[in-house]
Amino acid sequence: MSLTGLFLITFLPVHLLGNFLLLAGDGGEAFNVYAKFMTGNPLIKFISIGLYAFIVIHAIQGVIVWRVNKAKKGSRYAVQAKNTNWAASNMGILGTIILVFILIHMYQFWLKMKLGWIPPVTIDGVEMSNLYATVSGIYSNLFFVIFYVVSMVVIGLHLSHGFQSAFQTLGLNHKKYTPLIKALGTGYSILIPLGFAVIPVWMYLAQL
Amino acid sequence: MINLDPKIPKGELGEKWTQYRGTMNLVAPNNKRRIDIIVVGTGLAGASAAATLGELGYNVKAFTFHDSPRRAHSIAAQGGINAAKNYQNDGDSVYRLFYDTIKGGDYRSREANVHRLAEVSVNIIDQAVAQGVPLAREYGGLLANRSFGGVQVSRTFYAKGQTGQQLLLGAYSALSRQISLGNVRMYNRHEMVDLVKVDGKARGIITRNLLTGKLDRHAAHCVVLATGGYGNVFYLSTNAMGCNVTAAWRAVHRGALMANPCYTQIHPTCIPQSGSYQSKLTLMSESLRNDGRVWVPNKVEDAEAIRKGQKTALDIPEEDRDYYLERRYPAFGNLVPRDVASRAAKVACDEGKGVVATGLGVYLDFASAIERYGKGEAHSKGIHNPGKDVITKLGEEVVAAKYGNLFDMYFKITGENPYKMPMKIYPAVHYTMGGLWVDYNLETNVPGLFALGECNFSDHGANRLGASALMQGLADGYFVIPYTIGQFLSNEIRTPKISDQLPEFEQIEKEAQARIDRLMNINGNQSAESFHRRLGAIVWEYCGMSRSEAGLKKGRQLIRDLRSEFYKDLFIPGTKDEFNPELEKALRVADFLELGETMMVDALDRNESCGGHFREEYASSEGEAARNDADYTYAAAWEWNETEPVLHKEKLEFENVELKTRSYK
Amino acid sequence: MKLTLKVWRQKSKDHKGNFENHQIEASEHMSFLEMMDVLNERLIEKKADPIAFAHDCREGICGTCNMVINGKPHGPMKGTTVCQLHMREFNDGDVIVIEPWRAAAFPIIKDLVVDRSSFDRIIQAGGYISVNTGQAQDANSIPIEKDVAAQAMDAATCIGCGACVAACPNASAMLFTSAKVNHLALLPQGQVESSKRVRSMVKQMDEEGFGACSNTGACEVECPKEISIENIAAMNRMYIAAVVGQQDQV
Repeated sequence: MSLTGLFLITFLPVHLLGNFLLLAGDGGEAFNVYAKFMTGNPLIKFISIGLYAFIVIHAIQGVIVWRVNKAKKGSRYAVQAKNTNWAASNMGILGTIILVFILIHMYQFWLKMKLGWIPPVTIDGVEMSNLYATVSGIYSNLFFVIFYVVSMVVIGLHLSHGFQSAFQTLGLNHKKYTPLIKALGTGYSILIPLGFAVIPVWMYLAQL
Repeated sequence: MINLDPKIPKGELGEKWTQYRGTMNLVAPNNKRRIDIIVVGTGLAGASAAATLGELGYNVKAFTFHDSPRRAHSIAAQGGINAAKNYQNDGDSVYRLFYDTIKGGDYRSREANVHRLAEVSVNIIDQAVAQGVPLAREYGGLLANRSFGGVQVSRTFYAKGQTGQQLLLGAYSALSRQISLGNVRMYNRHEMVDLVKVDGKARGIITRNLLTGKLDRHAAHCVVLATGGYGNVFYLSTNAMGCNVTAAWRAVHRGALMANPCYTQIHPTCIPQSGSYQSKLTLMSESLRNDGRVWVPNKVEDAEAIRKGQKTALDIPEEDRDYYLERRYPAFGNLVPRDVASRAAKVACDEGKGVVATGLGVYLDFASAIERYGKGEAHSKGIHNPGKDVITKLGEEVVAAKYGNLFDMYFKITGENPYKMPMKIYPAVHYTMGGLWVDYNLETNVPGLFALGECNFSDHGANRLGASALMQGLADGYFVIPYTIGQFLSNEIRTPKISDQLPEFEQIEKEAQARIDRLMNINGNQSAESFHRRLGAIVWEYCGMSRSEAGLKKGRQLIRDLRSEFYKDLFIPGTKDEFNPELEKALRVADFLELGETMMVDALDRNESCGGHFREEYASSEGEAARNDADYTYAAAWEWNETEPVLHKEKLEFENVELKTRSYK
Repeated sequence: MKLTLKVWRQKSKDHKGNFENHQIEASEHMSFLEMMDVLNERLIEKKADPIAFAHDCREGICGTCNMVINGKPHGPMKGTTVCQLHMREFNDGDVIVIEPWRAAAFPIIKDLVVDRSSFDRIIQAGGYISVNTGQAQDANSIPIEKDVAAQAMDAATCIGCGACVAACPNASAMLFTSAKVNHLALLPQGQVESSKRVRSMVKQMDEEGFGACSNTGACEVECPKEISIENIAAMNRMYIAAVVGQQDQV
C-alpha cells in the first residue's frame, strides 16, 4: 500500500501543474497543447498505464486489507472511543469515495478524449481535441464544481494520513526527520487538493 | 524428630561451592534426555531453572497458574538486584555481600548457602546482560549502581524502577526459547493441587486446569517448586492477588517441612491503606530512601491537626519535625534495614504521631533532595546565585529522572503530587523469609522435591536485605539447581519413565478431587474473599510487626475458629468443572488458614526477637530486637498436624561470622 | 458516588454475550478493580455469578488486567493500567461501559477474561537472545551508550497486556511485536540474530491472526506504558531489510 500510495502521491503534483494551464487565460491554447502531448507521447503512455495499474493495485490492496482486518478484529466495541484521528481509521471509506471520483473524472475527460468524442480545435495549424472547452463546459455546472471540491477534501483527508503513514510503513523514520515528514505531509495534503479545487471554482466564477 | 541434615560440603567457606561443584555427581547428556523434571512456578526462580534445565538437556514440564509465565509476581520488584561486582570500587566483595546478608538476616540463615549466593551473584548480572536485560548505564556505557538499605556500598543494579520486570522478561525469554526448542513443555493456567510421592520420593504432581477444572496427573523423576512466598496470608500485602502458598503447603501435607514461617518481612515504604474495600497495598521502592527523609511531627497535636486535615506537612517547621531514623540510627540514617525502619515507623505511630487519617502513616520527604540536586545542577550548568524556583525546578528534574515512574505511580494511587507534598508511607507485608526447609542442594526433606527462590527458607534468615530477592531467585534457578539437582538425579539414571498410572497417582488425584468436592459442597453463605480478609486481619494483628505470647495464643485460637467456620459456611458460586476464580481462591484460602496457624505456633516457639520477628517480651531497653543466640540459633522446621504442628530443628552453625548484636547506629 | 455499570457478560467464546446493568455506590479513593471487587462481593452474597475479570499484581506491571472502559482500553487515564485507575477519574452518576479486549486472536474465556497466549507464541518464535546460562562474558565487557540502553529500556517496558491490539481497529499486534524486536535489536548482544528474529516473529504474528497495521496510532495512545510507534517503523525497516537480504527460510 505504501509503495503504490507513494507513487500516486508523486503523480498528483505533476497532474496539478498541467492543470494550472487551464488558468493560463489564453482560451485554453496551452492546455490543449499540453493535453495532446500527454496523450501522444509514448513515454507518457507507458507511465500512465503504470499509473492506472497502481490505482487498481492500491484499491485492491485496500479492499483486501480492509476485509482481512475487519475479520481479525472480530466484534466491535459498543462504545468507540476517539483515540485516533478520523481519517486514519476511515481510509477505506475515503478511498472508496476517491475511487468513485476517479471513475467519474476519467469518464468525463479521459474516456471522451480516448474515444474522440471531444470536438476538435486547430491551434497553430495543428488539429487537436479541444479538451479545454469540455473542461470549462463541465465547470460551468455548479453541481460538478461542488462535486470536484468535495472530492478534493476527501483526497486531502486520505493524504493527511496516507502521506506520513507510507513513511512509517517503510520504516523511514528518524527522530530528526520524522517531524519534518509529518509537516510536509500535512502541507502536501492541504496544498495539493487546494490547488486542484481552485481550478473548477475559478473557472466557474470566470464564466458567470 | 526428623534428622535435618543440611548437607553442607566440607572445606573453607569460600571454597565449599567451587570444590563441591567440581566433585559432585553428574548426569551424562544421553541420560539427561531420559529424565523428566517438573518445575512448578515460572517466576524468576522457576523460569530460570526451567530454562537452564532445558538447556542442559533434561525434559522439563513447567507449570504456572497464570495465563503466561511473564505474569509472575517477580515482575513487580522495583528497586534492583545486588551483586558483588565492586564496579564502583567502593570496597565491595563477595565476602562483604555475604556478611551483609548474614548480618541483615540477624544471624538466622545458613552461612554456606549465603556465601554461595554472594559468589554466584556476579554471574547473574553477566547472564542478564547477555540476555539483553537493559540495566541502567552510565555515560561511559558501563553499568550503573545504586545503594540500598542495610549496606554501605553501592552494589545494586537496576533497570529504572522495573528491575524485576526486566529480569523476569529475561528469564521468560530464555524459557520461551527452550519452549520453542521443545526442551520445555509449558502448561499455563494449571495450578498444582497436590504432590505425588512414590516410594518416598517426589515423582509427580496433580494439577487443576483452571479453564476446564479438569485434574491432570504429571509424572517425572523429580519435582522443583518455585512457587514464591506466602505473604498473602496477611490478605493485605504487596503481593499480587494470585500469590499463594498452595503448592508449598500441599508439599507440607505430603511430608515436607515448613521452616521459619514466622519470619515475614514488613516493608517500610508502602502506600498506607485508604479503606476497608482495599485489596492490596502498593510498595514504593526502597531505593526512595536513598533520597527521601522519613519524619513525623515532633508534637502529637501537630500530628492530630494533620490527621484532621487542618494542617499539612508544609505547615510544620523544620524544628518541629522528628527525622527519627536519622536521630536513632546516625550511621545508616534512612537506609537502615527494612525490619528496623518498619518497627521505627510503628513506634512513631503508636506514639500518636501518624500523619494519615487512620493514624498509620509517616512522611517520606524529598524536599531536601530536590534542593540538594537542584543546587548541584545549577552549579554544573554554570548558573550563579540561582533562585529558589530554579533550584526546585532543576532538582525536580533530577528526582524525576531517578524515580519518575514511582512518583507517577504514587500520584495515580493517592491523587497527591509527591514533588510538592511529602509522600505518606506505612509498612506493609512484602516478603516471607520462611519457606520450605531445604538443604544445601535446595532439596527438601522429601527426596526429589526441591524448592527455589522465595519458596524456600534458606538465604535471608530472619530479615531480607533489599535487592536480594531477585538475586536469590535467579541464583537458585540459573546457577545452583542445575548443579545440585544432579546429586539426586545421578542416582535415578536407571529409573525408567515414571508412569502416571501408578496407584499412588490415582490415590492422590482422588484425594485432591475430594478436597475440591468438600469445598464445593459446603454451600454456606460467605465468600472465600471474606474469610481471607478476616484471616489477614488476625495474622496482621497478632503475628505482624510486633508479637506477644498472649497475642499469639489468642491469634492461634481465632484462626482455628475461623477455619472451622470456613468449612461450615463457605460459599463458592459456579461449578468445579469450569473457569471458576472463586473456587481457585477458596482452595488457596483453605491452605492459608492452616499456614496462618503454623506461623503463630512458630512465633510462639521463638522466645526471642530477631529480624522481622519481634516479640514484645524480648526487646532491649532502647526498644531494639533482642536475640537469644544460646537457645534459638536454629531453623524451626514444622511438620503440619491439625492438632499440634511438630517442630524439627536444624542447628545453625556459625564458623566464619561472629554473632553480634546488630547495630545500625 | 453512584454509578451505573454496563458490563459485558459472556459465558465462553462459544456463547453469545450481552451487557448486564449494575448500580453501584463507590468511593473516589477506590481503584477501579476494587470497585469491581465490591460489586462481585455483592453478587456472591446474592449467590449470583460474579463477573470474571483478569487481574493480579494491581501495581500496573504484570499486564494481566484488561478492560475496555467506555471504549478505551485500560480506561480514560493516559499511561495507566486498569488496576492503577482510580474512581476519582469518574463523576457521580456516570454510566460506565465495560467490555473485554476485542480481537479474533484474543478469544474470550469468560466475561472480561480473554486468552492472550498468542503473545507468548510470538515471543517463543524469536523474542530472545540465544545464549545459554553460563556462557556470558563479564557484564561490563560490552559498553552500551546510555541513550541506546535507555531506548532499549523504553521498548522493553512493554507489559504484554494487549491494549495495543484491543485499541487497534485492525487488531494488529505490531506495537507489541515491534517493542520486543526493537528492544533486542538496539543492544549489541541482540543484533547478532536480529534479522532472523524479526522474520520469525512477524511470521508468527501473522499466523496468530492479528490484523495488518494501518498506522492509525491508536495503540500508542492507549498503551499503558506509552510505547512509541517509532518501534513499529523501526521494525518495518528491519523487516524489509531482512526479507530483501534473506538467505534462509525461517
